[in-house]
Amino acid sequence: MAGPVLEMRSIVKTFPGVKALSDVTLTVRQGEVHAICGENGAGKSTLMKVLSGVHPHGSYEGEILFEGEVCEFKDIRASEHRGIVIIHQELALSPYLSLAENIFLGNEHAKGGFIDWRETLRHATELLRRVGLEDHPETRVADIGVGKQQLVEIAKALSKKVKLLILDEPTAALNDEDSDKLLNLILELKNQGITSIIISHKLNEIRKVADSVTILRDGRSIETLDVKAAETTEDRIISGMVGRDLDHRFPERTPHEAADPKAAPALEIRNWTVHHPIDQQRKVVDDVSINVRRGEIVGIAGLMGAGRTELAMSVFGRTYGRYAGGTVLKDGTEIRTKTVSEAVDNGIAYVTEDRKHYGLNLIDTINRNISLTALTKVAKRGVVDEHEERQVAEGFRKSMNIKAPTVFEPVGKLSGGNQQKVVLSKWIFAGPDVLILDEPTRGIDVGAKYEIYTVIDQLAAQGKAVVFISSELPELLGMCDRIYTMAAGRLTGEVPRAEATQEVLMRHMTKDKEVSR
Amino acid sequence: MSTDVTDKVSAAPPPGKDGSGGGGLAHLVLDLVQLVLGGLRRNMRQYGMLIALGLIVVLFQVWTGGDLLLPRNVSNLVLQNSYILILAIGMMLVIIAGHIDLSVGSLTAFVGAFAAVLTVSHGVAWPVALVLCLLMGAVAGAVQGVLIAYFGIPSFIVTLAGMLLFRGLTEILLKGQTLGPFPNGLQKLGNGFLPAVGPNTNYHNITLLLGLVLIVAVVWQEVRDRRRQAEFSLEVVPRNLFLLKLVAIVAAILALTMLLASYNGAPIILIVLGVLVVGYGYVMRNAVFGRHIYAIGGNLPAAKLSGVKDKKVTFYVFLNMGVLAALAGLVVASRLNAASPKAGLNFELEAIASSFIGGASMSGGVGTVLGAIIGGLVLGVLNNGMNLLGVGTDWQQVIKGLALLAAVGFDVWNKRKSGS
Repeated sequence: MAGPVLEMRSIVKTFPGVKALSDVTLTVRQGEVHAICGENGAGKSTLMKVLSGVHPHGSYEGEILFEGEVCEFKDIRASEHRGIVIIHQELALSPYLSLAENIFLGNEHAKGGFIDWRETLRHATELLRRVGLEDHPETRVADIGVGKQQLVEIAKALSKKVKLLILDEPTAALNDEDSDKLLNLILELKNQGITSIIISHKLNEIRKVADSVTILRDGRSIETLDVKAAETTEDRIISGMVGRDLDHRFPERTPHEAADPKAAPALEIRNWTVHHPIDQQRKVVDDVSINVRRGEIVGIAGLMGAGRTELAMSVFGRTYGRYAGGTVLKDGTEIRTKTVSEAVDNGIAYVTEDRKHYGLNLIDTINRNISLTALTKVAKRGVVDEHEERQVAEGFRKSMNIKAPTVFEPVGKLSGGNQQKVVLSKWIFAGPDVLILDEPTRGIDVGAKYEIYTVIDQLAAQGKAVVFISSELPELLGMCDRIYTMAAGRLTGEVPRAEATQEVLMRHMTKDKEVSR
Repeated sequence: MSTDVTDKVSAAPPPGKDGSGGGGLAHLVLDLVQLVLGGLRRNMRQYGMLIALGLIVVLFQVWTGGDLLLPRNVSNLVLQNSYILILAIGMMLVIIAGHIDLSVGSLTAFVGAFAAVLTVSHGVAWPVALVLCLLMGAVAGAVQGVLIAYFGIPSFIVTLAGMLLFRGLTEILLKGQTLGPFPNGLQKLGNGFLPAVGPNTNYHNITLLLGLVLIVAVVWQEVRDRRRQAEFSLEVVPRNLFLLKLVAIVAAILALTMLLASYNGAPIILIVLGVLVVGYGYVMRNAVFGRHIYAIGGNLPAAKLSGVKDKKVTFYVFLNMGVLAALAGLVVASRLNAASPKAGLNFELEAIASSFIGGASMSGGVGTVLGAIIGGLVLGVLNNGMNLLGVGTDWQQVIKGLALLAAVGFDVWNKRKSGS
């Protein structure tokens, strides 16, 4: 076997308040395809950003050796200069420029500042052939599909004389056929001597293309396995990914039986299907049916691209994608949830995973953020009673322990945990029967997490139905009565509390296409 | 959820707020300083502009040898700036919602022309014409609002088109000529004063009376507000400070009242403007509609996900701007006593500048009606003061441009300094 082309030694990367990577070691051999896998937030993307210079030298600790030399990349250009090219999950192509222009963007074939079109087209055609694309190089990027765009990105990497190609979840947005094409291309490039690192959590993909796999968990490198070895089964990889201790503390929760088990669920979603807003051929949510009863906390587990947020948002006022079928029932009767107001009027609340962009008006104050959805509750004939509003907000500030001097503090100045408490307050104030919580503890500290768990527990105890979307399995195991799993837009499992373990869930979450055939 | 909210009184009052119990003057001064500093920190921009306005007034008062605050000139200041201030109120709403309206200057001219055609050419009674003109403004605003809110055409484009369109229609309507004079009733809108009645006191009686009523109303409102806060067990401003605030407000109203009453009395348009400021200030602060404007301007996706009907709100913001532009058009026409094809030129820019000087943000979500008025007055006093000093319009424009840059530049600097 060939020697190492890349060694990352004892990498430590800290963001304010969070240690994203602690002592990560990664060794990639010359000419292999090396997979990196781990749960959401395990540090995969951060590690690749350190490698490619997005996080420049000096902002992390540790050492990077490429082709035996110590590298101190100060930006992404420096790493590209050495032949390390990263292709991000969100493609970085300019939609209204041609394929050729995109391939050579920032790296143009030019003479004296003017583009040499003849050479550009010749070279572009050659590169496009290499990645298996027959399209004319003057086609606009916007006119080809996402699958082909991914290939254009690789052609762009080839134009930079790539030695080490890094692909971050390259098939997350692709259909089966395009995924296959891409994976075959990676193998072909391997034959041409190009080393690849592929971040993926699709185990069948890893088995297909990778030679070895490094597992990250909670910012640490756990182990590196030889994929071709007989003992490296999917279960073996899964147990590496989920080995996290259940040391998080959760409020003591006694899942009480629903008062009347025969009563219709508070919320039932039947055969819900949603297409991608732009790529309309692609089903982002595919025939999903779930239900939740009053007093119950139901989890939805899934990895990136599983379609959990898309499911929730499309149900909540069709705020994501294109509706392609399915019904929503509330207490057994079908309801309309075509607009957000209809959903809210029917007693549904959706607490977003992205509080800064979709949850809060950061420049406005705590009290006004809390009252916004249910302004009419503190208003008479369209006129807001400011005293009552302030009083309501003060109540939440105390009961939710929002740390702010007054309720007139702009929300943008609060910490993540306190912002999350404001979003929760806002939706609790709206008085819903069903709360869909999307990653309610993302990016907040342990203390605030515990407080939020307590609030969720209280909501269920009050007889509300709670849908709890989370990427942290221990959290789901600690809080939920029942857990659904999703993968690639489909429902892949429903696990009762008693049977739920991290391994069981992860097995369902990584079930990919072959299962449903 | 609402039952467990009423129970607690704030546990620990902040230091220095032991209120009426004693402590005397030293305490009062300390409290005052704290209050002012607190207010400054919270609302740097608006207090900053209020102080700047005060400085500008004092400077010009000195430079003009006291001419600026002569009763006649104060009266003039109000009349000269009324229409820009009316436009600035509407523009503030538009900008808070995250949009812009370039058409208001042309719309102002168009409505003036419409009024002239109605009353002068066709002899329509002026109250009828007034209502028709406001309706015309509403229609114009509604059409632009539909295009912006429901068709999704950017407001910059729609209102830029509107600016050209209404200017052209004005010339067509007037055949390129100036049309006047207006009937008496309409003339009074932009030039008239409240009628003089009662015994000769050397002062304008109705104005004095109005000032008095205003003082009583404000004091009553403040006292009621404070009592309600106490009722809800919320923190209240200590009594001494509260009294001081009342005295300051009363003194300010009294000074303006006496100034105006010692000349012709309060201009009619000042009363109209006062009603607008109070009304719109109240709507923006307390009405669900106003809150929704802030919400869509501050974070549109979040507002949508909160159930705010963003399109409807945007539509009404532009409809409202149309009505206010129509009112401004009537005032301008009335003041000139004629409709002219060149009326209202660059008014949109003055209104936009007023809003930004008064604390609006390019990205929306920020600003107050009072801020727009303060911004408009800064520009107005600069204008008037420089006129009194005989500064040419060339240099006036330069200085107004610098004022806008300085105000917004200060804001940017201040925000960066506070590290946000």
